[in-house]
Amino acid sequence: MALFFYLFSFLLILGSLGVVLSRNPVNAVLCLIFTFCQAAGIFLILGAEFIAMTVIIVYVGAVSVLFLFTVMMLNIEIKDTAKYNPAQFFFNIILGIGLIIDIGLVAKILFSGYQFENKSKFLMATNEITNTHAIGKILYTDFFLAFQTSGVILFLAMIGCVALTLRPSKYNKKPTLDYNETRVVTMVNPVIEGGIKDE
Amino acid sequence: MNNLLFNIDLPHFLLLAIAIFSIGLIGVVFNRKSVIHIVLCIELMLLGVNINMLAFSAYFQELTGQIFTIFILTVAAAEAAIGLAIIINYYRNKASIDVNEINEMRG
Repeated sequence: MALFFYLFSFLLILGSLGVVLSRNPVNAVLCLIFTFCQAAGIFLILGAEFIAMTVIIVYVGAVSVLFLFTVMMLNIEIKDTAKYNPAQFFFNIILGIGLIIDIGLVAKILFSGYQFENKSKFLMATNEITNTHAIGKILYTDFFLAFQTSGVILFLAMIGCVALTLRPSKYNKKPTLDYNETRVVTMVNPVIEGGIKDE
Repeated sequence: MNNLLFNIDLPHFLLLAIAIFSIGLIGVVFNRKSVIHIVLCIELMLLGVNINMLAFSAYFQELTGQIFTIFILTVAAAEAAIGLAIIINYYRNKASIDVNEINEMRG
């Protein structure tokens, strides 16, 4: 398990660095797909099979394709416009130092053997009941209101996207047909083992 | 130390989660490219949060973390869709999504 953890987490960090560092948006989206595949592996190690498969289906299958289509529709010029203003650079440095201190504190607390108080209410999968079954048993009962709310959020997102991108049809580009060019389909009777000859 | 390296426990997953979250946050802050990169980095940050939730879920043998991960996935998908719609709308108006040129709201 240690081997798989280190493999997946190494590839995960590599992929996320690729997302941040790549200049081309298409490469960044492909790196994001790779990253989510590795994250599904991490989730499998953590015993969350349903979440792992959901991540594969939702992110790799749907969201990444959404990103790729958007990148395809936008004509993005890749240009290096590095103009830092000093105030923002100073802010970034402070943020970086804060993050490093944060990581150090978390590592110090965790590796010193801190014990968390366990107040478990909904127990995980056992031998009789699978992970998906256990999630379904409490998702539709104890978390029913939150489940419905997430449905409303998705509905709002759908309506919001349509409302944001809808525009009067006079702005839409029409397909251009050249009527001078002859587009005629002729019916021919092919000769057996002879093929069709050009007229 | 040998024990710490080969017994994968909660701290390893939490450090992985905070590393992913930090990479995403640094990607948002240090971004000098397009808005697409910012949305991708927000997805990375949400992935770090998900790893954190699932690590505690496995540690406590408790399902609430997995339930909340499902909700985070839902909200992330909705946020990605809305963000991309805004990007497309902005591109139609300005013909560019360069971060340096989106400064109309600077006071």
